[in-house]
Amino acid sequence: MNLILIAVIVLGIVGLVAAAVLYAASKKFAVYEDPRISQVAEVLPQANCGGCGYPGCSGFAGACVKAADNGSLEGYLCPVGGQAVMERVASILGMSVSASAPKVAVVRCNGTCENRPRIASFDGVRSCRVALMTGTGETACAFGCLGCGDCVNVCQFGAIRINPETGIAEVDEELCTACGACVKTCPRKIIELRPKGPKGRRMVVKCVNRDKGAVANKVCKASCIGCGKCVKTCPFEAITLSSNLAYIDPEKCKLCRKCEEACPKNAIQAVNFPPRKPKPAPETAAPAGRPQAETQTVSEAPRPAQTEGKENA
Amino acid sequence: MKTFRLGGVHPSENKLSAASPIKQAELPKQAVFSTYQHIGAPAKPVVAKGDVVKVGTLLAEADGFVSAPVYSSVSGKVAKVDAIVDASGYRRPAIFVDVEGDEWDESIDRSQTLVKLSDRPDLTPQEIVAKIKAAGVVGMGGATFPCHVKLSPPPGTKAEYVIINAVECEPYLTADHRLMLEKPDEILVGVALIMKAVGVTKGFIGIENNKPDAIRLMTEKAAAYPEIEIVPLQVKYPQGGEKQLIQAVIGREVPAPPAIPIHVGAVVQNVGTAFAIYEAVMKNKPLVERVITVTGKSLQSPTNFLARIGTPMSTLIDACGGLPEDTGKVIGGGPMMGKALLNLDVPVCKGSSGLLIMNEKEARRGEEQPCIRCAKCVGACPMGLEPYLLATTSAFRNWEKAEQNNIVSCIECGSCQFTCPSNRQLLDNIRVGKSTVMGLIRARNAKK
Repeated sequence: MNLILIAVIVLGIVGLVAAAVLYAASKKFAVYEDPRISQVAEVLPQANCGGCGYPGCSGFAGACVKAADNGSLEGYLCPVGGQAVMERVASILGMSVSASAPKVAVVRCNGTCENRPRIASFDGVRSCRVALMTGTGETACAFGCLGCGDCVNVCQFGAIRINPETGIAEVDEELCTACGACVKTCPRKIIELRPKGPKGRRMVVKCVNRDKGAVANKVCKASCIGCGKCVKTCPFEAITLSSNLAYIDPEKCKLCRKCEEACPKNAIQAVNFPPRKPKPAPETAAPAGRPQAETQTVSEAPRPAQTEGKENA
Repeated sequence: MKTFRLGGVHPSENKLSAASPIKQAELPKQAVFSTYQHIGAPAKPVVAKGDVVKVGTLLAEADGFVSAPVYSSVSGKVAKVDAIVDASGYRRPAIFVDVEGDEWDESIDRSQTLVKLSDRPDLTPQEIVAKIKAAGVVGMGGATFPCHVKLSPPPGTKAEYVIINAVECEPYLTADHRLMLEKPDEILVGVALIMKAVGVTKGFIGIENNKPDAIRLMTEKAAAYPEIEIVPLQVKYPQGGEKQLIQAVIGREVPAPPAIPIHVGAVVQNVGTAFAIYEAVMKNKPLVERVITVTGKSLQSPTNFLARIGTPMSTLIDACGGLPEDTGKVIGGGPMMGKALLNLDVPVCKGSSGLLIMNEKEARRGEEQPCIRCAKCVGACPMGLEPYLLATTSAFRNWEKAEQNNIVSCIECGSCQFTCPSNRQLLDNIRVGKSTVMGLIRARNAKK
């Protein structure tokens, strides 16, 4: 009996001393964390993709709180959650955010197996960075997609894949959150984040070859040769030509599709537009090959420039 | 018999062209001179389309201290200044010259008479280095580091020994071997010049003992030069690596980068470079031609050529009986460190020591299998690194850990991949990691 009593007392004292030490330590070494950080972190998607440029969602939450204390959330965007999440973040922090256009990753290369003949076979590690060290890779193009899928590996959302038929990367627009991980990874800087555009429609130069026209022409059927026809054609001065490569400024582009017609090499592509009609007539029946829904949306959207472009065809 | 301490492998030697004397290659119809034939800043073209050039006319001048000029190796007219995909696989600025006749610049001494160092007692070390720099001599073993930079020790360092790399540990290649057999006197004068340039009194020539004829001949000829010693070495790859050779010959270990051989008092030059230095200083001849081994098991007649820089590789292959039908890969350099070429129009450049034609069977890589933790790669690494770990850290982009494990010390010799029983592609990944980590270190240093 005595033994049990002693044990209880000793343990009780040890417990009390430990409690006192722990209490003192918790007061002495307490680290203050802004409660808003965890609140903000809760509304973030927790994808931890790093697309915002911060190490994970909690890092971004901390940065947002700091920015709010400095007075503005300008330039802070969670690419995954987009506008909706940023509005919730702003409401927690008592701020407001300006609207920003949704973006999507665009692979600027159309060097399919058909367009760009293979001149060698690469049997090393399937990594674009390794393939890059061998020089131009399997094709003679020193700028195009290497097709080893480094971008596929970094995409947290399964939005990118290498098309086995074309051998180049393809983005699934539904799944793409524009986090930019693929943009950072691509060793040839082919992938660009571009505004999705109205109804997902946009004009893209599907090439990044900066070689002289003759060289670019030789290596790929769909390369930009820097001829400048699109620059002259564009009524909105949206296209610039630098080091033998055309670039369409998405802010200035009015989607008239004139450049697409002007391009002798089909390097400029109109994305998500309905197929052109065989003869210039006001759109009626939807041609086969495209989903019905998309064509219908066109008739609802009478953009002057756009219809004009179509009539020209 | 001396050799280096750690690691190393023994690939089959396959020195098919060892008995074939150096043959003068035919002049090409058009010669192409890349401006990127050395490590450092590319040379700046100084000629334009239509200019008439002779052998020895300056085509492109050095752009900075770590750079080297490029001279024409043919006479004719400049066709264009454009770009070509060179042996690196990248498109680089290049000068194209249409060949007409074979006219040499008057200042070049083309006689075969041997000029000894004692014939030119007036030469000062500064003059020697200046002449080497002007002649565009670079490391001829393949690294193509501008020669004059190595011969100008940075302040605070002192050269004690000159070591000549005549190891030629790459399988197949025999260019240095043949050069030693055919030009031993010139090489020895070249070595003496290097020693005078850096002010040392002791020189070594390291030769692997699979070249007994070269060892015998060089020892005989070196009897006239008491300060030069021929060191026979046990055969082991990569003995031709600078750090391995220093350890094998003088038993000193070069610390991890940024330390360089001069920090342990050694200046290492290739035997081909010694010959080029002799010609540059004594014959006033810029670097316009070099010995290149064209070899391969399926090739009709593997040959050592004395080829003008800028000759397309295809003309050399034709001179050896044409490209065999079962060709799987054409490699610029040796099988261990060489790089597969993307086309055969690649010109011979200053660092082209060999051209190896592999048949389909040799060229095929084995199927990659999981690592079985046998640690053979660790045993084979001549730098004492852990290749399996470096390859994994780079594959997973853990650059910090790669740096902690000294990925920058890797000499990319390929011993790890050669020895791996699971055919793991270790070097591919390590190269990516090494270049990334070196970039990170450079960025960090730039910030400071």
